[in-house]
Amino acid sequence: MKKFNFIIMLICLSFLVSVTTAAGQSVTVMGIWTGAEADAFAKMVAPFEAETGIKVEFTGTRDLPAILTTRVEAGNPPDVSVMPNPGQMLEFAKDGKLIDLSTFMDMEALKSEYSNAWLDLGSYQSKLHAIFISADLKSLVWYNPKAFAAAGYTVPNTWDELMVLSDKMVADGNTPWAIGLESGAASGWPGTDWIEDIMLRIASPETYDAWVNHELAWTNDIVVEAFEIFGEIARSERYVYGGPNAVLTIPFGDSPDALFTDPPNAYMHRQATFIKSFILDHFPDLVPGVDFDFFPFPPIKEEFGNPALGAADMLAMFNDTPEARAFMKYIASTQAQGIWVGELGKLAPNLKVDPMVYPDDITRKAAEILGEASVFRFDASDLMPAAVGSGSFWSGILDYVSGESLMNVLMQVEASALDAYSR
Amino acid sequence: MRTHWFTPWFYVIPALATLMFFLIYPSMHTLVISFFGPQSEKFVGLANYIYCFTNETMLSAFRNNLLWVALFVPMTVFLGLILAVILDRVHYESLVKSIIFMPMAISFVGAGVIWKFVYSYRPVGSEQIGILNAFLSYIGVQPIPWLIQRPWLNNICLIIVGIWIWTGFCLVILSASYKGIPKELLEAARVDGANEYRIFWKIILPLMKPTVAVVATTMFINVLKVFDIVYVMTNGGFATEVIANRMYKEMFIFRNYGRASAIAILLLLFIIPMIIINVQRFREQEAVR
Repeated sequence: MKKFNFIIMLICLSFLVSVTTAAGQSVTVMGIWTGAEADAFAKMVAPFEAETGIKVEFTGTRDLPAILTTRVEAGNPPDVSVMPNPGQMLEFAKDGKLIDLSTFMDMEALKSEYSNAWLDLGSYQSKLHAIFISADLKSLVWYNPKAFAAAGYTVPNTWDELMVLSDKMVADGNTPWAIGLESGAASGWPGTDWIEDIMLRIASPETYDAWVNHELAWTNDIVVEAFEIFGEIARSERYVYGGPNAVLTIPFGDSPDALFTDPPNAYMHRQATFIKSFILDHFPDLVPGVDFDFFPFPPIKEEFGNPALGAADMLAMFNDTPEARAFMKYIASTQAQGIWVGELGKLAPNLKVDPMVYPDDITRKAAEILGEASVFRFDASDLMPAAVGSGSFWSGILDYVSGESLMNVLMQVEASALDAYSR
Repeated sequence: MRTHWFTPWFYVIPALATLMFFLIYPSMHTLVISFFGPQSEKFVGLANYIYCFTNETMLSAFRNNLLWVALFVPMTVFLGLILAVILDRVHYESLVKSIIFMPMAISFVGAGVIWKFVYSYRPVGSEQIGILNAFLSYIGVQPIPWLIQRPWLNNICLIIVGIWIWTGFCLVILSASYKGIPKELLEAARVDGANEYRIFWKIILPLMKPTVAVVATTMFINVLKVFDIVYVMTNGGFATEVIANRMYKEMFIFRNYGRASAIAILLLLFIIPMIIINVQRFREQEAVR
């Protein structure tokens, strides 16, 4: 006998009360910034919010490429997003996901405030798709002036002088270089910067562009030469602190610490402007320009001079709303960039930004070098398709430094490039 | 009341619908786009699968997953089993169990970060911040760069992290099963003069066999999907790549949906036999009760 003839199914309907943001418009922004950078971002947008009444809703995530890809594919992108790199920006632009900014921006004003290099980098099919907000100069060698003076070393002006100095350091029982390639899931990128800086100094900018566009094979002699120049230092037990094992395992942000031990574990460190914040984070008492300073990464072949390698943060727009338009216009302004670079010690792409906003002299000096460089090129690994730029190039660097044969490494990168560029 | 033939079906409709929507449909969709190019626009036939079985990094990912299976599954189950039996005999059992189970409570990404510090390496002569190398320098041995020593050491170092996380899970399940064995049975065996070793092999193990099988297959499925640990600690560098990490990269970094889907389908194919075994064992176990 059944006790229950019927089973009563209770359907509980729960009502989701959607909490709408307080009356007024808003713009959603997604970026990689957390911590100090997110604070600086909040400071930058504060005047905009006060002036226009538009609320900026910022989401910061270090996992931007994954989250952005997912949201774009789901048809639910943020209004504005920081771009992971120009290569991915171009991919989004090709897919028609980005808004053409020239439809509403004052292009004449932009042309007077930005150098062509920045506008070109933000464009796809000569339509502006991204605004650069800050830049980092990469072609710098950081050193400890006091330690240099104490040991009687002088700043080198050419690559040959640099190598003579390195040998002298070795002869004195010192270690010339500190390199750290570890960077979590992005390990290897600091090495790609080395290769790019060297490429620009042993070949013409056109060759560099050809390399970026894969019109030059990875097994080409010039690429081989660039890797070998880097390998001479990074694979050497004498030239680099701790040898290749340390190069591969020390986090990039910790590696300059070697310059400030007593006695110094190493004397030179090639890294972009942003390393300053890491140094100050680890050694808050150091004074920029006094306790640590930089000199330009020296020229290698005279005819190619001293080009500047850099990277930059940019924003692109996915949804064409009046609020997003207003926000993009604000981002391009000297006011916004003045606040942003002043907070973070980065360099402003907008030429009209007052140099006095920079927090110290060495940042001003870097801005000068960036502004005056006759040749400027963007970080190649950021421009290449991700499968090469953040894939085989990164891992190739690690494989090469850990002792694999250069030809094997380059052939692997070439294989992935053949595949990735044909998409 | 009369029961129509469709009545049972009526009750499973919600479950079936959910299953269709969240499981069957996405799987089918993944299968379909695995035959298409990066942007799912161009039909490329088996090209993505050919890539999976010819690309050097993919092959190394398969090899590494095999290594994970070969070391991780036996170790977690073995340790879980041994600890379950031994700990049953001590009065501080629950304390030890809690401690061993604790790694399950932290996220695997967190575990990866913790162990990255454990394996941390600094040049000879400078202060070692990693506990392993600090210990080595203390006893006067040269520090070892654990995570870059290919092809075995770094993979084994990662697998140890996996074992550290999952042993507690195996222990708890196996311990519950062990406690379900009637103690009279063991007493009777002892009275008959069997030693503990013999009791373990002839009585305990056969009785626990279904549970051991379920735990082992669960661990097998787990380890095929291993991702977090590798992603955080090496991101597949230095020949530590695994299938799931490769899938993530193809999908989110390289934006190649076709290949990512092909890898996902392969992973599914590897796992299906294990799921079937698992379900069968589970049924057997239920039948015993």
